[in-house]
Amino acid sequence: MVRRRNVIILTVVALASLVTMTVAASGVPKPDIPRGQGESCVADIDFMRRNHMTMLKHQRDETMLKGVRTKQYSLKECVSCHAVKGPDATPVTVSSPKHFCRSCHDYVAVKIDCFQCHASRPEPIVAVDGGGKE
Amino acid sequence: MTARKRNPGNTTGFDAARRSFLSAAVAAAGVTLAPGVMLYGITRPSAAKARALDAAASSDVRWGMLIDSNRCDSDCNECVTACSKENGLQGHGRPATDAQWIRKVELHDPGTGLNKSLPMMCQHCADPPCVDVCPTGASFKRADGIVLVDKHTCIGCRYCMMACPYKARSFIHEALEDQKSHAPRGKGTVESCTMCVHRIDDGRQPACVEACNDSGGGAMLFGDLNDPDSEISQRVAKYASQQIRADLGLDPGIRYQNL
Repeated sequence: MVRRRNVIILTVVALASLVTMTVAASGVPKPDIPRGQGESCVADIDFMRRNHMTMLKHQRDETMLKGVRTKQYSLKECVSCHAVKGPDATPVTVSSPKHFCRSCHDYVAVKIDCFQCHASRPEPIVAVDGGGKE
Repeated sequence: MTARKRNPGNTTGFDAARRSFLSAAVAAAGVTLAPGVMLYGITRPSAAKARALDAAASSDVRWGMLIDSNRCDSDCNECVTACSKENGLQGHGRPATDAQWIRKVELHDPGTGLNKSLPMMCQHCADPPCVDVCPTGASFKRADGIVLVDKHTCIGCRYCMMACPYKARSFIHEALEDQKSHAPRGKGTVESCTMCVHRIDDGRQPACVEACNDSGGGAMLFGDLNDPDSEISQRVAKYASQQIRADLGLDPGIRYQNL
């Protein structure tokens, strides 16, 4: 009897730990981060994840205060490369949870205020070429 | 200045690189710009000179405007419309608080009955009082004389609005959406005419000047006041022009003719 009870207990424990392991493996659902255009980002993904804010801040001061307008690290280029198309085939604004920046920032609960001022989606190419003229 | 002297005139003095750059620029701009503007770009390269993307604005340049009030029609509002369109300024039907980067001012002399009309915007002072009073350093003057607000550091206190003798600045009261990517604007910050700094950095003229010339007004001239060869420098050297409230000693970069 004792022996049978031990077997049952062992089985229960084994089953329980198996269930725990599967839950741990799937974990909390990961954010669905849309891919940008092109082959790769301006830096490694690991580096970008940790440092994109520093790069943006550096570039913002260069552009704002000195008028340096290199494109590689500009917010405008990020927004344009990482634009996510909505159901109407136009890029979504930051008001959509599918927006590239939001998809991750919502997940990590970091609130950004960039898009209170900055455009969160690229402008049609006409406006860039024509300089406001159509 | 020295760099400019290496490329003096606009015909024989060009080196090959500059010539090819200009023709490339004209070819690129030819599709979208009006013929008059293209011609202007070729004959007056100093009026619109693109810096390299990685080059910082330099104090060798001082951007300015010359406005001829004789050629400014009181019925014309092209500069204001062009500014709003270029920078994505939308009104809320509340003239007292709606953002206004440029406005038309009507002058009337009751003694003689003389009426004058002129555009008024940030005068891009050499000694801007808005910069003096800003507690955070958000209001600043760029090396090339353009006075701007760094909205990243602006706390919306509006001291600069009080200090500006030209009433050039506006405060944004409402949350905004879908701003232009070249003109970020947001609630709780102060803003004013940027002299279309994004266009200047791109070698183009401010939207108001372009609209004024395109509409046949020709009242506004934009250029480098530090370059003795630029049209604006030659015009201010030849004809009398004045700064508004010159008595304040702020040395505005916007000058007016025939007031």
